Amino acid sequence: MTLRATVVAIQNLTASKSMHRYSVMATINVNGKVLELKDVPDSTPLLWVLRDHLGLTGTKYGCGVSECGACTVHVDGEAIQSCITEVGDIGEANVVTIEGLSEDGSHPVQKAWAEHNVPQCGYCQVGQMMTAAALLKENNDPSDEEIEEGMWNICRCGTYPRIREAVKAAAKEMKK
Amino acid sequence: MSNSLRELIDQSRKATEIIADESNQSTPNFSRRNFLAGVSTGSLVLMGKVASGRNSSESNLALANPSKVSAASFAPDLFVSIDSDGTVNALVHRSEMGTGIRTSLPRVLADELEVDWERVKIHQAKGDKKLGDQNTDGSNSIRFFFKTMRIAGATARTMLEKAAAIKWSVDAATCYAENHQIKHMGSNKSIDFGELVETAKSLDVPTPDSLKLKPRSKWKFIGKDAPITDMKEILTGKAVFGIDARMENQLFAVIARPPVVGGTVKSFDATQAKTIPGVVEVIELPRFKGAPMFQQLGGVAVCANSTWAAWQGRDALEIEWEAGENETYNSKEFAKELKATVNKPGVAMRSEGDAKSVIKNARKVISADYSVPHLSHAPMEPTCAVADVKTDAVGRVTSCHVLAATQNPQAVQQAVGPAMGVPNDDVLVNVTLLGSGFGRKSKPDYCVEAALLSRQLKRPVHVTWTREDDIKHDYYHAISAIHCEASVDDTGKPTAWLQRVAYPSIGSTFALGSDTPASWEAEMGHTDLPYSVPNLQLEVGKAKSHVRTGWLRAVCHIQQNFAVASFADELAVAAGRDQLEFLLDLLGKDRKIDLKAAKLANRGASPIEHPYDIERLKNVLRRVANNSNWVDRKSLPKGQGMGIACCRSFLGYTGHVIQVDVKKDGKLDISKVWCSIDSGTIVSPDRVHSQVEGAAIMGTSQARYGEITFKNGRAVQSNYDDYKVARMSDSPKEIFVDVVESSAAPAGVGETGIGSFAPALCNAIYAAIGKRFRDLPLKNHDLSWS
Repeated sequence: MTLRATVVAIQNLTASKSMHRYSVMATINVNGKVLELKDVPDSTPLLWVLRDHLGLTGTKYGCGVSECGACTVHVDGEAIQSCITEVGDIGEANVVTIEGLSEDGSHPVQKAWAEHNVPQCGYCQVGQMMTAAALLKENNDPSDEEIEEGMWNICRCGTYPRIREAVKAAAKEMKK
Repeated sequence: MSNSLRELIDQSRKATEIIADESNQSTPNFSRRNFLAGVSTGSLVLMGKVASGRNSSESNLALANPSKVSAASFAPDLFVSIDSDGTVNALVHRSEMGTGIRTSLPRVLADELEVDWERVKIHQAKGDKKLGDQNTDGSNSIRFFFKTMRIAGATARTMLEKAAAIKWSVDAATCYAENHQIKHMGSNKSIDFGELVETAKSLDVPTPDSLKLKPRSKWKFIGKDAPITDMKEILTGKAVFGIDARMENQLFAVIARPPVVGGTVKSFDATQAKTIPGVVEVIELPRFKGAPMFQQLGGVAVCANSTWAAWQGRDALEIEWEAGENETYNSKEFAKELKATVNKPGVAMRSEGDAKSVIKNARKVISADYSVPHLSHAPMEPTCAVADVKTDAVGRVTSCHVLAATQNPQAVQQAVGPAMGVPNDDVLVNVTLLGSGFGRKSKPDYCVEAALLSRQLKRPVHVTWTREDDIKHDYYHAISAIHCEASVDDTGKPTAWLQRVAYPSIGSTFALGSDTPASWEAEMGHTDLPYSVPNLQLEVGKAKSHVRTGWLRAVCHIQQNFAVASFADELAVAAGRDQLEFLLDLLGKDRKIDLKAAKLANRGASPIEHPYDIERLKNVLRRVANNSNWVDRKSLPKGQGMGIACCRSFLGYTGHVIQVDVKKDGKLDISKVWCSIDSGTIVSPDRVHSQVEGAAIMGTSQARYGEITFKNGRAVQSNYDDYKVARMSDSPKEIFVDVVESSAAPAGVGETGIGSFAPALCNAIYAAIGKRFRDLPLKNHDLSWS
């Protein structure tokens, strides 16, 4: 399944559920830790749970409808859009956010981003890097077309040429 | 943003400003000292912490000198201080929204001071008019403050040299700075900056004109690249943007705003909203008074213990709106009105010779109408702010602190001050990183909302605009129409040029009744027409605004340069000539345009430092043609083509060549973009490259997709699904940026790369498939061919 298809599948899943599910998840696995959730309705998007309840503000809000990718995190290794993913659907799965991608910015994608001076304002870059990291895990030698399809996140500053180069550089590094 | 717009905003806010009266204090419990606390000294990461626990010794220092970090530091200038361990503290008073300014300005200072870059600490300034202009807008930061930063660095360096001379009992002229040390000529004496702090503190600060600035040949940082200051924080998710700003005990607010600008709440029912878990309070906000300016739109705010709860609460509100008079606005009909307006006589803004009668008597006249719709800024991070307002027993404001993603903290002071009933200087404004801005975040209506809610709830309130709020309630780029008309001689050369523009003026946001493009708007691509034509008539027509009209990156260059450079291409085609050759001829002989005769304000810049130099414009055009192998384009197959355009914008010069590949079914690939840019002296070359790359992507968004429409006064679009912007797959495949090396005064960069992009793209499409598109965006047109 392509990343886009995954997103759509999750979206459909989410849409079929009631808007007001109030059974309350007690814990969530984020970045290798089991964190307690207090009074968070299951229907709350994972994005806002991470940001407002757990204080992990690295993951960004951009559109709320899975159009921009700024909120991308990994759930069991797969890139998903946390703005349309209900926390109740996470269950026991492992969530990885930018805060857990590496301890010190040493993931090959982060290093490539720094080498190519990718960020301008930097706001969307967390989502971009999470998308790239998942893409490269699945395919460590993406073609230009595969990068274009895989790196669908929006950047309003227009860092796409740098992102393209950084993904290629990270791929090289990850193949080593 | 031009100087005259600054004046206009200044005038409009003066009417509301509350003047501090020291003799008869109107706000008795107002502890001015405590509340001006200098979080200017906190780094962005520190800011969140400092925000909740301010410390008064720090605030005293901040009052005296905003760059001073501790009592022990040596602070000879507003922008620089040095600690006794030698740490150089550089104060950045402009906002970081992606241009790299938090790196570039300190690099200028550091160069002049001869520091070890690793030992520089960068601090973000609060809003403070002592620091001069803080409106990070108009591509002005380097132009305005290049010299200021050099003087700051040179002041500190000169004093350190003098301190070393005293210490060594030698002539100060024999002491010089090098890599964070003062050295002595003719001996091997050297001493670290830190060790000179105590002595330097006691010295008189030299006057700027007594300073000896480094010669260009000795520059170490200016013109050389360094990673941006915030790289690590950005890449690890630790960077603090406006949406991440936190104050202790804060609530999160999401607001339902009137769907039509100027509308009001007739009635509302919050019963359902209050049943949403986490919702704390529902508050009605009044509508702005008079012109919108930077005031709040009004509506109903839901405050909760998380953004999502507030959002759910907002969705559960039942509100009956009074739409107001703008409900009659329909942009499709309005576009037709604008087209009619530019096809009848307007008011002449620049007139040379007698264009009207030459055109009337000409054998051949060519004309074309162009248009660009409303656009939304749509920065990746929507507008966000948190405010903490404290009041006394009778509800008078005793302190007010705003932490926001703002391009202009002084505008926040000017908007929040009157709303809170306190003098502007008494509003403490700290600045986070901005998830881009493009002009939206220099309009602080969202900060006023946060302050109003905090005052009422007596605790900090963070306001987040959802993407839908952002797209539906923007300060939109104006919808426009441009008419171009030229008489040509037998060789196709224009003998007279008549051009009319009509679009709602940004002035309408600040002064009710403003209904004609202002001269500073017309000067962005219209009245600053660079072409050498003996008869010129450049007019503006009336257009009333029915929405909040605001400036968006490149402002009126977006529509005016699109028309001007498209029309030149049309004339070249009609003349059967090579576009580059035609354009060079049209630009005429190398000369500096007489700004006074042409009644051009030149963005307030001096004609000596920033002449309107046609030679430089022709130079970027020639360079970009050369880089793109323009002459060989004839060998491209049908469906592929190259287009060329140039402009002077924000005092910088750009030339674009774009190569497109249009498939028979109309699918458009932008294969290659070349841009040559001359913006004078460059501080950070890589950031200039990235700005020009980014301008090509934003230009792509605008040209291919950008369109906000209004039906019954309401914006039709609401998110990135119906207000499409470019992704990697529909952006240029390759972008080649060529930065002209120049020792001329620094000009604009951030906005400069937009103006010639869209016309070069449409000219390329014409070359590829023979279809001319005059009404943006391209998504509304059929690009197929056979």
